[in-house]
Amino acid sequence: MFPFNFEWIWDMGHVVFMGGLWYALTILGIGMTYCIIKAAIDACRGNDEHHH
Amino acid sequence: MDSALIPKGVKRCPFPQFILFIAIVGAVLLWGVYAMLLCWFKGLNQTNMNDFYGFALWIWADLAVIAVGGGAFFTGLLRYIFGKDELKNIINYAVLIGFICYSSALLILAIDIGQPLRGWFIFWHANVHSMLTEVAFCLSCYFGVLTIEYIPLILENRQINKVPFFHHLGHNMHEIMAVFAATGAFLSFFHQGSLGGVAGVLYGRPFAYREGLFIWPWTFFLFTWSAAACGPCFTILITKITETVTRKKLVKDNAIELLAKISGWMILTYSIAKTADTWHWATVTVPSLGQTLMDFYSNNPFYGIWILILEIAICGFIPAFILITQKGRKNSAALWIAVFLAVTGVCINRWVMVLQIMAIPVLTFENWVMYLPSWQEVATTILPVAYGVILVAFSYRYLPVFPNEPELNPIETLPPEKEKAVEPSVELEKELKPAEA
Amino acid sequence: MKQKKAKKYGMVIDLDKCTGCGSCMVACMAENNVPFRKDESNKVLSITWMRVYKLTNGKPFPNTDICYLPRPCMHCEGQHEGHSPCVSVCPAIATDYSSETGVVSQIYTRCFGCRYCMASCPYHARYFNWWDPVWPDGMEKYLSPNVSPRMRGVVEKCSFCFHRYQLAKEKAFMEGRRELKEDEYQTACTQACPAGAITFGDLNNPNHAVHRMVKPDPKHHGRPTHPNAFRLLERLGTNPKVYYISSRDWVRRAGDNYLEHEAELKQTVHHG
Repeated sequence: MFPFNFEWIWDMGHVVFMGGLWYALTILGIGMTYCIIKAAIDACRGNDEHHH
Repeated sequence: MDSALIPKGVKRCPFPQFILFIAIVGAVLLWGVYAMLLCWFKGLNQTNMNDFYGFALWIWADLAVIAVGGGAFFTGLLRYIFGKDELKNIINYAVLIGFICYSSALLILAIDIGQPLRGWFIFWHANVHSMLTEVAFCLSCYFGVLTIEYIPLILENRQINKVPFFHHLGHNMHEIMAVFAATGAFLSFFHQGSLGGVAGVLYGRPFAYREGLFIWPWTFFLFTWSAAACGPCFTILITKITETVTRKKLVKDNAIELLAKISGWMILTYSIAKTADTWHWATVTVPSLGQTLMDFYSNNPFYGIWILILEIAICGFIPAFILITQKGRKNSAALWIAVFLAVTGVCINRWVMVLQIMAIPVLTFENWVMYLPSWQEVATTILPVAYGVILVAFSYRYLPVFPNEPELNPIETLPPEKEKAVEPSVELEKELKPAEA
Repeated sequence: MKQKKAKKYGMVIDLDKCTGCGSCMVACMAENNVPFRKDESNKVLSITWMRVYKLTNGKPFPNTDICYLPRPCMHCEGQHEGHSPCVSVCPAIATDYSSETGVVSQIYTRCFGCRYCMASCPYHARYFNWWDPVWPDGMEKYLSPNVSPRMRGVVEKCSFCFHRYQLAKEKAFMEGRRELKEDEYQTACTQACPAGAITFGDLNNPNHAVHRMVKPDPKHHGRPTHPNAFRLLERLGTNPKVYYISSRDWVRRAGDNYLEHEAELKQTVHHG
């Protein structure tokens, strides 16, 4: 799973498979972090302009 | 009693009735939990699995719920990426159903493995060449996506939404939902496919084995395709069941019909592809391994050629033809039959690709082995259904799952005495037998 | 130091000699601490690393003929090294292919019991521990200290008595040798067979009996060139390292699936 796991090999299989995984996880992580931080800022500012 | 939590503009059944309903389903849930604990504490000897059936009812249930849960990713893809705006009225429910399906799948897997405490080995010591590894990774990640898609709906609860932070969080998540949906579609494509790959790569089992493209056997693509095709049918089926139970129209016809139309064309193309795959496998692959098609469908008490006909013709082409015609989609009975058949078809496919593989002898001096699940296996398989019903019931009661509901079911604002004078009996019945869920 | 050619340990079982006595099964269970239960009548739950099958030619008397076929793990190599049906599918690398010996290992403490390997194995050579092992009183003193007993919830299978290989290697090392002699590493079943039906050794070594008996063809994944030798389910491309010998046509034909009018093909080209 991580390059420091002893069974890790720098080969095509690991790079493509784990690359895809970490890519997806990064997007989800960044996306959620952005949402949470922005929500905190909006809440502090009392910003309530948007409407669903 | 809980009226402060119920969304504005909709009517829900009295609280005691709701609790009674939850208690009944909860009893079933507890039965499943008891069986689950038996499996965890006493081991898998509680099942009727054996050394011929390493994969059995649970793995089928897993594959089946993931297939029918495919409605979430495909509807999300159509809504957020292809911009099919009509689907905004059903997407919440599709996400909720997907969330239930995927959490159920993960739970079943946690019961199914022999050493549940070592479950994390599949991530930590991952063999990147195993289809099951790909399944585990993508399934877990996609469950994360579904959770992210479900959270904004929870945040729309009347009371939660009053908290400014949650209000803004829900809004912000809606804003970038397309990014999450795209990631979900990417992950879904791979794990749905890998589940097909799980069977397709078994080159020691001629019934399962398929040639393919690069590292992916044809079953990889067929599974993704069938999940995308039949998943929306499950969403429609559950929506229809919910509408029947609540006695309300919850989703506008245009959303259902669009989803049904797309699903119909997907099922049709899938059925053609599946037929071609079966044909090639039966006429080229199987004979090259010294066997004939009928070897897999004879000399046993259950698996006959009927199962292949049922899967492809009756549960494939028939629903496809119903759904691609406007007449079929608009006819309520036909729509019901079509979505039911499509869901049955994909479940039969998963059954065949798990249990029939195990049943068929490969060594010439072995025989077919049949299997019946133990009550513990059945109870743990029903457990997620009960859990799903409860989660749907809570979500329906307290969250604005169906944006169309207030519009389709306007609450009478007439004064009570006038209301009674106009339609006393009907109103009385409404009061006594309102929404169950 | 000059790198020696990798070993490829394998087994040749002469079915004309096998009497079906079951000594190999007993020896295997004792050697490898294979657990058992009070009631072993349900054979789909019994753990038998080595299992003796009874084959019949299906003909009525007086033409009836039977044959006993011992079946250990085939230690398949697959179409390229390590692509055994089971090794390729294990999600946690709990089963591995040794390029040094050709032995397919099972790492019990790594296995988390998903049973995908069992689904992949056409020989049913893999077994799941549905129960924790319970030894009759006092029997734990007779367990082999060289083989770890397995816990509930993991898969196990024949290891070609790999602990014997390790012990033999240690002994050779202490004596300043790098190479093992043919008789230094032999499996328990091989030694227990009273009829001498089982032969074990390095298939890559032309001096070893196993090589001489089947003459594996390296150009065709070790397919036997001896006319009476065959491997189980050759056509699937699993490339097993257990060979069988029989002078009887029907026995050789029972080793694989053939279409009704298909002759027993030595030169079968499988999907590969």
